[in-house]
Amino acid sequence: MISESLRENYGEELVRIGEKDRDVVVLDADLSSSTKTGLFGQKFPDRFFNMGISEQSMVSTSAGLALGGKKVFVSTFAVFLTRTYEQIRQSVCYNNINVKFVVTHAGITVGEDGATHQIVEDVGIMSGLPNMKVIVPVDSVETRAVIRFLHEELKTPSYTRLTREKFPVLNDPGYEFKLGRSVTMRDGSDLTIIANGAMVAFSLKAAEELKNKGIDTRVINMSSIKPIDREAIVKAARETGKIVTAEEHSIYNGLGSRVAEVTSEYCPVPVRRIGMRDTFGKSGGAWELFDYFHLGVHDIAKISEDVFRGGDIA
Amino acid sequence: MAHSLSDEELYNLARKARRHIIEMVHSARSGHPGGSLSIIDILIVLYFRELNVSPSNPDDPHRDRLILSKGHASPGLYAALALKGFIPEDSLKGFRKLASKLEGHVHYGIPGVEASTGSLGQGLGIGVGLALASRLDSLDNHIFVILGDGEIEEGSVWESLMAGHKFRLGNLIAILDRNGVQLDGFTEDIMPMMDIRSKVESFGWNVLEIDGHSVEEITAAIESAKRQRDIPTFIIARTVKGKGVSYMENNPKYHGSPPESEEMYQKALSEIGDA
Repeated sequence: MISESLRENYGEELVRIGEKDRDVVVLDADLSSSTKTGLFGQKFPDRFFNMGISEQSMVSTSAGLALGGKKVFVSTFAVFLTRTYEQIRQSVCYNNINVKFVVTHAGITVGEDGATHQIVEDVGIMSGLPNMKVIVPVDSVETRAVIRFLHEELKTPSYTRLTREKFPVLNDPGYEFKLGRSVTMRDGSDLTIIANGAMVAFSLKAAEELKNKGIDTRVINMSSIKPIDREAIVKAARETGKIVTAEEHSIYNGLGSRVAEVTSEYCPVPVRRIGMRDTFGKSGGAWELFDYFHLGVHDIAKISEDVFRGGDIA
Repeated sequence: MAHSLSDEELYNLARKARRHIIEMVHSARSGHPGGSLSIIDILIVLYFRELNVSPSNPDDPHRDRLILSKGHASPGLYAALALKGFIPEDSLKGFRKLASKLEGHVHYGIPGVEASTGSLGQGLGIGVGLALASRLDSLDNHIFVILGDGEIEEGSVWESLMAGHKFRLGNLIAILDRNGVQLDGFTEDIMPMMDIRSKVESFGWNVLEIDGHSVEEITAAIESAKRQRDIPTFIIARTVKGKGVSYMENNPKYHGSPPESEEMYQKALSEIGDA
């Protein structure tokens, strides 16, 4: 399976929509060579605004551009955007305007840069904001589809979470993103793993391990966290009776929490959440960190088997 | 826009607006009279002499834009919008009440309001963005941002000052309500700002200083700022917090408190006088 960079595909897609639409503008805070918005900046210097290391001003400026009729993409590392929570809240979400935050370097796949840069709380922070939509693309194909969707269809605030590392390409080139709709990557009847981002490929591998033990596992890519695909979650709960969630994020306020909210309200079944357990990250190789934090393929398989057999190991 | 109204007529409108401000915070039993009274002369000059805005065409892309970054001075803005005809004068009674659109802090969605504000330090960045959008669309309008002097303790304001200079936004005009008072006391005790003029000048802005209660000086400064097309202008308007009501003037208590009795309320109205 080939892996591709989400952020490079983001940068290239930005250039593509920038060519078609003169109202597309992009802001960055001195990280454009890493977030890949620099590709847009080179092509359209008059519509690209490097705000320097001034994230608060970047976000309120993005609000002004949107109020002035522009379609605004804003990028920096995920961890640095969160310092502007209040600008996002008041200037963007309360005004309910066309600002698209597309952040990179989220989660532990930042790797060697370590805990200061590995944000695992951002999905929770952003999901709590009224009017905000939250999306975690699974691969390069979905990233491009999301960017096209944000440009063509969404006129209100959104938060799209990308990563530093390349991820395996799981979707076919013709894939189309629909907000609030999940994709069943593999069907199964004994158990469902609902995952997003890096954890989808791991979950598919875990499902193979489980198959060898006679456990038929459904795997769902829940890239749209807000709104979430309630129908697919309830269907999985009814049809498979047990759910495991897997995310490169804290188990608090992320995918696992959202899934548990849905099941507890509409179809209570056992739900086990796999994610960062109230902890900061650590310097290390991006992929070895998954094992270190018990988020690897074998961890997913082991926990899923335990849930399937009715175990109660935390 | 032609000077269709005389200075005298503007002072009279400001008196009307001051009455509205006092009536609003009295009726709501809360709100921010001090900083509304300090900027009302500026708002009246803007809406009745300098801003190209029209209640009959509120979405005109060529219109000037005003962002009240110190969004707690909502009574001042709402009063000006009512006098200008964006909202009915009668609707001011609803200020801060559940059935009304007139939120406690400035709310986008009220006719004539260009952005929600309230949490400080965000309006100048919005102004930078609007000014950039105007430039991209080759509009020759102006973007005005009114800031509080307590507000500029927020670091984000200085980030946006840097951006205004970097992008050489000659279409951006910031006006500082330099009343010297903030919620907890006097600005120079809470967080000394010292020489604001030289600070802002060193950030690359054109800086003017005026009496913020003189219609004549406000007009002259804005006209001069409009002629400055290369860099943004920052007008330091020396004002008196609570201007027009003796017991509110320079009194930090009335940053965010209404008159505390019917008697005080009547006293405020009689000091302002009939308009």
